[in-house]
Amino acid sequence: MALPIYATPLERVWHKTYLVICALIFLFLIAPILIVIPLSFNAEPYFTFTEKMLSFDPEGYSMRWYDNLLTHGMQFPNVLRDGAWWSDMWNNAQWIRAAKNSVIVGFWATLLATSLGTLAALGLSRPEMPYRKLITAVLLSPMIVPVIITATGLFFFYSNPCSVLGPLEPAGGCGRLTSTYLGVILAHATLGIPFVIITVTATLSSFDKSLSRAAANLGAGPVRTFFKVQLPLITPGVVSGALFAFVTSFDEVVVVLFIGSHEQQTIPRQMWNGIREQISPSILAVATILVIISIALLTVVELLRRRSERMRGLTPQ
Amino acid sequence: MKLKTALLATALSSAAFAAQAAELTVMSWGGAYEASQIEAYNKPFAAMKGVTVNMVAADNPGTPIAAMVEANNVTIDVADVELSDAVRLCDEGKLEVIDHAALPAGVDGTPAADDFVAGALASECAVANIVWSTVVSYDSSKVTGVTSIADFFDTAKFPGKRGLRKSAKANLEMALMADGVPAAEVYSLLETEEGVARAFAKLDTIKADVVWWEAGAQPPQLLADGEVVMTTGYNGRIFNAAIGEGKPFTILWDGQIMDFDLFVIPKGAPNKDLAMEYVAFATDSQRLADQAKYISYGPARKSSAPLVGLYQDGKTEMAPHMPTSPEALKNALTNDFEFWADRDVELSEKFNAWLLK
Amino acid sequence: MSDTILRTADGKPLKAALMRASAVARRRAFMLVLPLLAFVLITFVVPIGQMLSRSVTNDAFSANMPSVVAWFAANPEGTEPDEAAYAALVVDLVNAANARTIGTVATRINYDVSGTRSLFTSTGRKAKNMEAPFKDAVLAADEEWGDKVVWAAMRNASAAVTTTFYQAATDRKLTDEGVYAKAPEDLRVYLTLFWRTFVLSGAVTLLCLILGFPVAHLLARLPMRISSLLMILVLLPFWTSLLVRTTSWMVLLQEQGILNNMLVYLGILEDNGRLALMYNQTGTIIAMTHILLPFMILPLYSVMKTIPITYTRAARSLGATSWTTFRRIYVPQTIPGIGAGGILVFILAVGYYITPALVGGATGTLISNQIAFHMQDSLNWSLAAALAAMLLAAVLALYWVYDRLVGIDNMKLG
Repeated sequence: MALPIYATPLERVWHKTYLVICALIFLFLIAPILIVIPLSFNAEPYFTFTEKMLSFDPEGYSMRWYDNLLTHGMQFPNVLRDGAWWSDMWNNAQWIRAAKNSVIVGFWATLLATSLGTLAALGLSRPEMPYRKLITAVLLSPMIVPVIITATGLFFFYSNPCSVLGPLEPAGGCGRLTSTYLGVILAHATLGIPFVIITVTATLSSFDKSLSRAAANLGAGPVRTFFKVQLPLITPGVVSGALFAFVTSFDEVVVVLFIGSHEQQTIPRQMWNGIREQISPSILAVATILVIISIALLTVVELLRRRSERMRGLTPQ
Repeated sequence: MKLKTALLATALSSAAFAAQAAELTVMSWGGAYEASQIEAYNKPFAAMKGVTVNMVAADNPGTPIAAMVEANNVTIDVADVELSDAVRLCDEGKLEVIDHAALPAGVDGTPAADDFVAGALASECAVANIVWSTVVSYDSSKVTGVTSIADFFDTAKFPGKRGLRKSAKANLEMALMADGVPAAEVYSLLETEEGVARAFAKLDTIKADVVWWEAGAQPPQLLADGEVVMTTGYNGRIFNAAIGEGKPFTILWDGQIMDFDLFVIPKGAPNKDLAMEYVAFATDSQRLADQAKYISYGPARKSSAPLVGLYQDGKTEMAPHMPTSPEALKNALTNDFEFWADRDVELSEKFNAWLLK
Repeated sequence: MSDTILRTADGKPLKAALMRASAVARRRAFMLVLPLLAFVLITFVVPIGQMLSRSVTNDAFSANMPSVVAWFAANPEGTEPDEAAYAALVVDLVNAANARTIGTVATRINYDVSGTRSLFTSTGRKAKNMEAPFKDAVLAADEEWGDKVVWAAMRNASAAVTTTFYQAATDRKLTDEGVYAKAPEDLRVYLTLFWRTFVLSGAVTLLCLILGFPVAHLLARLPMRISSLLMILVLLPFWTSLLVRTTSWMVLLQEQGILNNMLVYLGILEDNGRLALMYNQTGTIIAMTHILLPFMILPLYSVMKTIPITYTRAARSLGATSWTTFRRIYVPQTIPGIGAGGILVFILAVGYYITPALVGGATGTLISNQIAFHMQDSLNWSLAAALAAMLLAAVLALYWVYDRLVGIDNMKLG
């Protein structure tokens, strides 16, 4: 970000100050994330830096919380680590179960949100779409409505979904959606949909309609046109939306608190336990692992982007 | 690649959906208390009956199970609640009735009805397991010379923040006792408007310095952080931090408020019969003595007292650390469950309004 | 051509053919959206609607005390409760005590008149032994039954549909005459809380704008290589769990936390003059600003990226100073981004519940915490629904304003 040649001395000074301010704001953004990493090696079960840690005494540090991630909830954690131990861990360790749940729920919720959302975005971006503003408002509402309201509404509805049918309700109700995987997946899909819609409609708005007309001209039906012409070009938008939807589901705790039971406990729900009921720094160990994964993911995405730029022959600015 | 991921995910989810053997779900207060129950009750019961026993934590199990029964959506079989909650929920028809005659006799042959301490079987929907108390505790490496409950409210002599439970229970009684009211008169005074006003006025003197906690595991954390100088807490959790983790926390028994914790079965529990067996098993003499090995809560049966031994570290005697030890009972108050069962809703409303000012 | 109407190749009037074709196109577009619309309606709109209906209906009293309800129906407002009324009361109390519904009935009346819960439960226990004359028997059991306000509350509760919860949500309580008036001073909480929520959210939005604008500008102006690396610093907090970020703020801002320890070590603060940055409003503001900052930066960034630099250069070449250029040329072009980011941050802040619960202490809690409290602790679901409905109405109003000013279709997230 070079200063123009005609910048005055005052402007140069301001420019340097501006860069310092930005650096401070970046520090503000990143400091809490960095704090977590050394704290996860605390030898004591508290969220503070102990004397021993501050004086870099090796006794103050330990990997016990990482080990705790594997053993917490196991039937017999203290035996020899053989095949039976690993099987015990895979089935019973609470954090492992939470990780499994988060991945399963996240995957299905993202799939549902992305497929339905992309389809709807296609419809919404057509100029002849009736009631476009109203329908967009309805579809974006899960993002607008405060999450506590969504969670309470879902709690009542999922406890007895058929009660809303009134006189048509079958005797004895029709089961319940609370404490089921299906319920949590549906709820998370609902919460992720607005993000998919926003990103895909944004990408579609820059899509050149003449390409689909050309495909039609050459004899392709609408479905073939979509898969062969439109989808490859809007993939970045779809992937971005899917990513937002996945992150929303992965980080969501309020809805799971209300409608999930201990079986569907996800990673954030387990963390909530670790802050209130258990006060266990294992959540810091989980956070460190997730931060490292995120950094790796973001770096890979950036490297791929640079590679595709080079391949397309674009000069990096 | 996409197909593979889909297949893998389906495989994982079907593993999760797979039917499981008989299961019992117990809800308790989390942290060290829950750990003691897992060791003393859950593991032996699971081994004995060949079932899986799941433990779920909550800040106060009384409220989630009430919500579950109201919404007709019960996933918990057994819950551990305070006495006033047990009485109130029983009144409202939210709990199953437990046949006290079917409870096993004590190891010395005393029938259950006599073996349980007075008040332990007060509700027909609940069976008591422990006697616990809310006490003041402080970090003795930072503060010394604390002798009475009035010192907790004296920020001039002992400057620094205080920790209090975010609930009207126990706070109002401690405020009155610190204001000089003898233990025997506290509840009759709280029945009157002036008594309640006096309690809130005493709490007002330290309100600006209070850090409010909700989960039982928070008070030791607050003391360890140095965030507060003195805090109320559940005595067993403080004991575990002091003896189990070597923290210099001391308990002040003056002004302690004792209460029972009881097992209840929510109405509509999925495994009601197994739950009944669990409650009978977990409240027999040996089990109640066993839980005292892991945390300093008093057993609710008299026949358990001689069976109580050392802490799990193998060297600490548990008896002096119980709320029922002679030293601790000098200026103690037992929670009046009838008072709270009747007045909880109203006083909570007042307390919340007072908090928000 | 013989007639003046334009026709298509197969003879149909062009106008009709066009209308049919566009109808087909509209239907096709709608069919694409239909699956998602049905999904959102069923899994979202209907549950919210059902919950809101709870805010006006509560049949705890009317379903369980039929005789008393019948007496109220037969006697207009203002009638003194007579022997028949007390007889109906005793009959109902006995039945309710046996059916174990007396707790729910008492709780319903307790919402309107504090302290009546124990009145019902204790009289309920004595009711089976009562004999005529019932009026004297009941008043002997507890003279509070003579209070007008108790009967006013019962009359009010005998209809399932009621406005009492909205009244409570705006701090109004039932008086003796059966009308609503402002609650006594020490019980007035909700309006203050609503006000505090909006003020705090506004402060957070403003802070996010002040901190986010410079960063977004920098990211938009830097070459892609560097800015995407710096973008990692923005996306990483966004992807880190909310709970983890809140916990690390607790560690940073506590009295004995890292920030205070550093300031004392550097000699800027005295040891007993530490800053109270946690468990109060300051803590809530700082933590929420940190969490919502990416939501301000991303929309701003996507708008700023599309602003061509040529306008700025043109302005400078015409003699404007850099401040004038910024003020009159650059900022007006960023308004859509400011609007999008601002509204997003504000709406999210207003609904936040986890962060104020963990770091707010007593003074930093917001209306969502009260909604959660009534949902999970006091189980006064009707009041929770009423508060939620008012919050929702405020948020929808803001959303409507945003739509008029900027337009929902224009929201972008980078």
